[in-house]
Amino acid sequence: MKNLENKRGTLITAAIIVAVFLFVGIAEKIAPPSWNMLFMVLKKGSIYALIAVSMNLLNGFTGLFSLGQAGFMLLGAYTYGIFTIPAADRASVYQYFDGGVVQFALPVPVALILAGLVAAAFAFLIGLPVLRLKSDYLAIATLGFAEIIRAVFQWNVLGPITNGSNLLRKFPVFQSTISYFVVVGICVAVILLLINSSYGRAFKSIREDEIAAEAMGINLARHKMLAFCISSFFAGIGGALLAMYQTSVQASIFKSAMTYEILLIVVIGGIGSISGSVMASFLYIACSEWWLRFLDQETILTAAGRGRFIAVMAVIFVILLALMVFRLVRPKAKSRVRYGVGAGICGAILIWLIVFAATGQTRVPLLRNGFRMVVFSVIIMIIVLFFSRGIMGTSELPDLFRKRVKPEKEEVAS
Amino acid sequence: MSVVLPYLLSGISVGGQYALIAIGYTMVYGILRLINFAHGDVFMVAGVMMVYLSASLPLYVSMPLMLILTVIIGFAIERAAYKPLRSAPRMSIMISAIGVSYLLQNLAAYITGGLAQQYPTVPGISASVNIGPATTKVVTLVTPFLVIALVFALVMLINHTKIGMAMRAVSKDYDTAQLMGIRINAVISATFVIGSFLAAVGSVLYFTNYTAVTYTSGAMPGLKAFVAAVFGGIGSIPGAVIGAFIIGISENIVKGLEAMLGMAGINLNIGLATFSDAVTFALLIIILVVKPTGLFGEKATEKV
Amino acid sequence: MSENVLHVDHVTMQFGGVVAVNDLSLDVDQGEIVALIGPNGAGKTTAFNCITGVYEPTNGRVSFLGKPMVENHPQGKMKKLYSGEHAEDYPHIISPTPDRITQLGIARTFQNIRLFSALSVFDNVLIAKHMRARHNWFTSTFRISAREEKRMREEATALLEEQNLLHLKDEVAGSLPYGIQRRLEIARALATNPKLLLLDEPAAGMNPQETQELTDFIKEIRDKYHLTVFMIEHHMDLVMQISERIYVLDFGKLIASGTPAEIQSNQRVIDAYLGVSNDA
Repeated sequence: MKNLENKRGTLITAAIIVAVFLFVGIAEKIAPPSWNMLFMVLKKGSIYALIAVSMNLLNGFTGLFSLGQAGFMLLGAYTYGIFTIPAADRASVYQYFDGGVVQFALPVPVALILAGLVAAAFAFLIGLPVLRLKSDYLAIATLGFAEIIRAVFQWNVLGPITNGSNLLRKFPVFQSTISYFVVVGICVAVILLLINSSYGRAFKSIREDEIAAEAMGINLARHKMLAFCISSFFAGIGGALLAMYQTSVQASIFKSAMTYEILLIVVIGGIGSISGSVMASFLYIACSEWWLRFLDQETILTAAGRGRFIAVMAVIFVILLALMVFRLVRPKAKSRVRYGVGAGICGAILIWLIVFAATGQTRVPLLRNGFRMVVFSVIIMIIVLFFSRGIMGTSELPDLFRKRVKPEKEEVAS
Repeated sequence: MSVVLPYLLSGISVGGQYALIAIGYTMVYGILRLINFAHGDVFMVAGVMMVYLSASLPLYVSMPLMLILTVIIGFAIERAAYKPLRSAPRMSIMISAIGVSYLLQNLAAYITGGLAQQYPTVPGISASVNIGPATTKVVTLVTPFLVIALVFALVMLINHTKIGMAMRAVSKDYDTAQLMGIRINAVISATFVIGSFLAAVGSVLYFTNYTAVTYTSGAMPGLKAFVAAVFGGIGSIPGAVIGAFIIGISENIVKGLEAMLGMAGINLNIGLATFSDAVTFALLIIILVVKPTGLFGEKATEKV
Repeated sequence: MSENVLHVDHVTMQFGGVVAVNDLSLDVDQGEIVALIGPNGAGKTTAFNCITGVYEPTNGRVSFLGKPMVENHPQGKMKKLYSGEHAEDYPHIISPTPDRITQLGIARTFQNIRLFSALSVFDNVLIAKHMRARHNWFTSTFRISAREEKRMREEATALLEEQNLLHLKDEVAGSLPYGIQRRLEIARALATNPKLLLLDEPAAGMNPQETQELTDFIKEIRDKYHLTVFMIEHHMDLVMQISERIYVLDFGKLIASGTPAEIQSNQRVIDAYLGVSNDA
């Protein structure tokens, strides 16, 4: 529990969190409409943060490699949708199923909790057979369950409840960003409390060494099930929030690709770091929805007025190219392939700059629909391969603000 | 019979195609203990490459070229994404595989513009034939035989060549094999080369059947092939093949179950075909619960 | 006075064709230090694993403080193999998981140290306190059982203090020197408040001086915590000095038992260790 003893770090972190909440709450009221993109990102980012944290609880803290998150999100999203569509709108939503069988609407907070509970209940049932499996079998079995759940919810026979393969819509949604933040904040806080409790320690011991944990009297089945259900509970709430954000639910979007996306967020943030997962979620959503959008648009540049830009770029890439070539031709050079590829890329960019400067106008190469995701996945691969600890590793935000006092190491008495 | 036959035929055919992918999974798992999540996407990339190559080149050039390129891609993926993580925890290398899968899909989406591409017709196997009351493509009939021939060749390779012996040794005991002077990297590369080659052959058969390639075409067949490998007992090649046939057939039986029951006088119109994909996973979970090592898998006891 | 603590009754453990432990019976009484010795591969660790529930024995019964704790009789194909003399002794199966056995009061260490190596020394000990605390996930998460948590921390601190490990409490367990890791593993086992302590080669990798210190240490904790100690050990100095009785295993079978002096002069034990040619 070094986190609690690190008072300074905790205080600074708390201050940052309060500041972010205040900023979101106030900015939303006064910001011009041009800021819409920011709030979209904040909403979706906060939802993904919750789901990523829930997945981290399982994969990072308990060491259970589960890939069922999309399935539990689906359960949460549908539970929320089914039980909150106002009775008056049911006829139009369930138009192929005579208005469906559920003819009442629950208040939003109750439905949110119910969404979590339904996901947790399913997790319990699924966990009974699959939690006994070892790492990769568990991964593939949970992935399989998510696919089965998706098929069941698209099944026409259940249409009166699930609306079959049609959209669920017209359910109440949060309008303001701060509402998402508050719900997500509460959920993440609960997960944090859990992780820093005795049960959290037990989870970590299972991650470290199952056999030793068992020898310490920790009931593996019970604790794994607990982690699995709690993680699914919050994934269910996350799914419900995602349904709100999208204002509609359809089973077909909760594919395994969604689980992979969340897993990658967890990796980027650092497996075993809650604050890492949260930051990575916002970063990931901001990049994919906003900052890298320009990569998807065909762009035509004119050289006029960009002389300085071209010159600077040219200098940078000439230097880089020279460095790479130098490394490449050096006797006993190591990892020639890597430098060769690097030199090739630098050369290509240089040629493009020359063409650009000569013709005065150019279509930026490669930029068109889909390029954003290519760049994005390359960045992710670089993180996975070269920065496998992610942004935070296993440390948390308060650790960053810890006063760096070298602990006095006592001589180890032998 | 006239109702069952077409489903059975396409079940056997698609099962054979899964088998070719499943071998890649099971061999890689046997040696590296890695679920190569990118393998299904290599299969898809083979399909996409075939679309583009055959647009400008004659088939007798584009097909071998596609096979070679797929093998190179499989080899390169291992070298770039898995080899650096040899000593990292199991989870990291699995995550790297998921990352590669994500990259390949996005790359394919970028190149194809996210649209379904028409797979070229391969003369000889794209034609239709009649078998009794059922009409099907020649590829459906060719697949099982081709699969059996390839598997036979592979088993020969594994049992009677030096590299095959090395593969068996590495999959039995990675560390000891390394101490015995087996060049682990060469063995692993060979595994990826064989796996990618078979996946490329599988892609020709599969897409000739389904005719459209999209950037997500590899995900489902890939998952199913992996399930087939687990079903048969991961690490066992005959197991993977038998598992793949079982999965291909049961998937198609579920698709046609209502029609079949209809023939038998039971009229169910409840859309059971929705579960044609889910049945694969149901089979997976049943086998994992009943016999976690699969049909032909060996039991391993953990040393304490 | 000397109450029976551990009673192993005709335990057999078979892996496929290999009989790792063959019809082993032994007793350990209250307050004793008993050693289980034997050449490499004799089945000592397997016997430990049967006692602690890691393996379910193929046949036999283990009782702790007079109550049956592990019990099995062969089923299916095995039935024929074991249908001999003890066929009717074990009417039903009791097969608890290792955590249940730890809760009953048996703690163990491992041959190749198994600490929670990424966690701190303090957390390693605290985790051992988890099972006996009166809390559930809800009270623990929402700090309703904060008093229980405080008690756990105090007990863990006290134990580390007694074991002279308190100054290392914030160190990462995996980064400690080997000898300290061994001591921490024993401390962690003590934290579960055991009545019986099973040590699997506690002196492995230690030099003579360290082994001597370990000898004193084991006696000390036995007296301090009123323990019974049952250990596997290869260091004969340690075994002969410390143990009151010794059991000798060879190829899964018990070949001798008795006081150190008896064992030292036992011809079968000498043969097992030195090897004996068949025509001798």
